[in-house]
Amino acid sequence: MNAEALTAIEKAADAAPIPMALLAELTHRCPLKCPYCSNPLDLIRRSSELSAETWADVFAQAAAMGVLHVHLSGGEPAARRDLPEIVESAVTAGLYTNLITSGVGLTEATFADLVARGLDHVQLSIQGTDATTADRIGGYKGGFDTKMRVAAWIVAAGVPLTVNAVMHRQNLDRLSETIDLAVRLGARRLEVAHTQYHGWAYRNRAALMPTPGQVARSGEIVAEARRRLEGVLAIDYVTPDHLAKYPKPCMGGWGRVGLNVTPSGKVLPCHAAETIPGLVFDTVTERPLAEIWREGAAFTAFRGTGWMQEPCASCPRKAVDWGGCRCQALAWTGDAAATDPACTLSPHNARMRAEATGEAADADEAFAYREM
Amino acid sequence: MTGPEDGSRPYLPRGVRLRWCAVRGAWFLLAPERAVKLDAVGSAILSALDGERDFAGVVAKLSADFGAPPEQVATDARKFLADLMARRMVEAA
Repeated sequence: MNAEALTAIEKAADAAPIPMALLAELTHRCPLKCPYCSNPLDLIRRSSELSAETWADVFAQAAAMGVLHVHLSGGEPAARRDLPEIVESAVTAGLYTNLITSGVGLTEATFADLVARGLDHVQLSIQGTDATTADRIGGYKGGFDTKMRVAAWIVAAGVPLTVNAVMHRQNLDRLSETIDLAVRLGARRLEVAHTQYHGWAYRNRAALMPTPGQVARSGEIVAEARRRLEGVLAIDYVTPDHLAKYPKPCMGGWGRVGLNVTPSGKVLPCHAAETIPGLVFDTVTERPLAEIWREGAAFTAFRGTGWMQEPCASCPRKAVDWGGCRCQALAWTGDAAATDPACTLSPHNARMRAEATGEAADADEAFAYREM
Repeated sequence: MTGPEDGSRPYLPRGVRLRWCAVRGAWFLLAPERAVKLDAVGSAILSALDGERDFAGVVAKLSADFGAPPEQVATDARKFLADLMARRMVEAA
């Protein structure tokens, strides 16, 4: 490929694609205290949350931009009493509406109301396969039993259920049981999500990072289960970052696939983007969403390939993994524009692996729980 | 996964639906965490799944609509649906 052709590709990569998905963080309030929570360390309070009317406007704007899926998340979205109105406004906008919930705080009547208003799909988190483990990890007694009841309502209503299981050293040995539980609950999909190490999870990495042996076994377990359960349970599984050869194309590439609106209306290229110092975020109440997506400073900062340093800049995979995760790069190297240390080509990769293996070896069971 | 039998009735389960995206000028199959962009053939096959027609009926309709040989339509449609059934985006009763 000649230099001119390459430049043309890079220019195209730097332009804003049509977004696919909107992650709407309706609230940061949550009864659970998961030590790997993807919310920022600095949580937004109720008084700063967007109104249901503003959310309706955001959904309409997103749909007009070409967004197809909205993920209603939190915190725990059920902590908002106006959740049914919010769901209805997303449905009215024409968006495929996914509720991401812990199940805790959702009543049977509220759930029936959400279904009546057109909710498409529920993603229910589980922290473990038995009450003792799950409630310890989630930091909430009774959470596990609640989830089992909520799963039954979802399936009885005919709404597709995805079980989301965040995995780490303290529950990865129960992966087979996790798969069995998802089948027993009637889930159509299971997401086996390895913890991503920034924010709360970075703080708790000593207690969470799996051993390489655990990860190797989990890959085998998933491969076997996929064959056995074809047509019963679809399983999404991604090898944990720090033990793979190349990083994940985090968010499908910065400012390429999805956008995230925080409870107070800040628009982020990813849920953890606020950890990156120097980035300026626009707010939905101050600027049209399409303009923020297209030319907002936070979105253009790492969109495409122009911002990259070596080894990314000359890497043939640069438009495949887009440099990996900016937040993880920042957490481990101090530089958000560095190559994700999960990449074997990063000069920080050896240190990340060594630290991971070391941390995985001296298991420290205690967590620093998420708290407001 | 072998796809639907001739006598079974394939359908889109709740939570899986077709949607026209005006911004992209294309049909999409929307499902949990998935948006599959469809070509003309894919959207024609899925539009023919009304839950009433059995697979043989789906093939007959597509074959008539497109003036294509039924054997070829059956092979292509079965393969297309088998993939979606494996991902639980299409079910058959």
